[in-house]
Amino acid sequence: MPNLVPKALRKPGKPGEGNGALSPEKLKEAPVDLVGWVDERTGASPFLTGLLFRKVPKGTNWYYTLGSATLFAFLVQAITGVFLAMFYVPSPVEAYGSITHITNDVFLGEFVRGMHKWGATTMIILIFLHMARTFFFGAYKYPRELNWVIGVVLIILTLVMGLTGYLLPFDQRSYWATIVAMNITATGPILGPYLADFLRAGAEFEATTLSRFYALHMMLVPGLIIALIGAHLYLVVKLGTTAPPWVRAESKPKSLREEKV
Amino acid sequence: MDSAAKEAYLREYEVLKKKGKPFFPYAVFKDSVMFMIVVGVIAFMSLMLGAEQGPKADPTTTTYVPRPEWYFFFLFELLRVLKPPELVPVATIGLPTVAMVLLLLLPFYDRNPERHPLRRPVATTAGIMTIIAMAFLTYLGASAGSPTEIELDVAPQYEAGKQVAAQSGCLACHQFGHNGNDGPGPELTHIGSELPAAAIERTLRNPPGIMPSFENLPPEKFNDLVEFLSSLR
Repeated sequence: MPNLVPKALRKPGKPGEGNGALSPEKLKEAPVDLVGWVDERTGASPFLTGLLFRKVPKGTNWYYTLGSATLFAFLVQAITGVFLAMFYVPSPVEAYGSITHITNDVFLGEFVRGMHKWGATTMIILIFLHMARTFFFGAYKYPRELNWVIGVVLIILTLVMGLTGYLLPFDQRSYWATIVAMNITATGPILGPYLADFLRAGAEFEATTLSRFYALHMMLVPGLIIALIGAHLYLVVKLGTTAPPWVRAESKPKSLREEKV
Repeated sequence: MDSAAKEAYLREYEVLKKKGKPFFPYAVFKDSVMFMIVVGVIAFMSLMLGAEQGPKADPTTTTYVPRPEWYFFFLFELLRVLKPPELVPVATIGLPTVAMVLLLLLPFYDRNPERHPLRRPVATTAGIMTIIAMAFLTYLGASAGSPTEIELDVAPQYEAGKQVAAQSGCLACHQFGHNGNDGPGPELTHIGSELPAAAIERTLRNPPGIMPSFENLPPEKFNDLVEFLSSLR
């Protein structure tokens, strides 16, 4: 079977064999494949092979897929969200009608809107399961404290997405739930009233409130989420994923005795 | 965690990592399976359950009792449990903020180097209790009943009056069985055994305190309402 992995992305050889990205022989060779061409200009292959062939610790199990599962749910939200934004009109007069239009007229519109709605629910469940796994495995401890903090901010931002997205269909349920949410925000100490005024774009729920929620829901908060997911993943790759806490490195007999004492 | 513990952890981790498998294809395989499950479940839910569209937002209605999305039910229920007005900010802002800060700072006050859940009894118990509390509050919030519906079983001739009661905003202040808010008005589940029909009618026309008058209901609806209320025993 021919190796389908482009040469530049193959698992690097052992040290001493030389990976030769800049070796004289390599430089003389004309790059024949596209990946090689790109690699010669970006030097990306050590990074990519490092990413692909880095070791995950012994004992890694299915619980470790919850983070990626959350990311996949987010990707579903991002993609379906783009398509919904093509047809959605964020004005109090037209919003409700544009949702009806998406549901009834647009090709696959009802399906995509359904995916966006249930994708939100799925993402919330998965992000909490991912946090529970991290908590019970003690994976937030040294040296991964910062990644826990980023994760908690991501949970809060995900809930903000749920809150801001809830208004957009502009039916009775979303309208009145948002009124209550804003009133609750306004009861907060010191910053509460200002935050509520900012979210409502005024002292009362007004025509501009909907477009403000729309902008927050599809630009500001997703931007923050994408940036923080990037930081989260960078730290995951940099620090490595944890091993389950019950998996131990096989100790030498000497240290085993020490453990028993 | 002192520097010795840190070093011990990093050394142990290095060994475990050496004994592990490469991310590609082993972890990538699991993640790909998970990807298909996640997208499959979302698509399945969309096909089976869809996304309903309620009636258009109407700022002039006064009887609509809003409900949040299910993942905010625990907050919503907290609001119902802590009823006195001076405690409302505690439920709405205080507790969530405290919970958020505690969660955010977890690695900084939990300095125990131990990672095994069974050897961290305090952390594990606290985690399980938090999950149980949130699940319980979510369940209570979910089973609080629909805000514009009364689920009491009544004889067929009182169904019309039940509809009137459900749609006239009574639930905003009164409880009927599992539906409606517990206060400020009294519970009405057994109002028929407490007040005679004439008294109920008088109260609806000339209500005490902050309750609005229902005199302006169409006479037929008004009578249905009175009959329904006096049937609740």
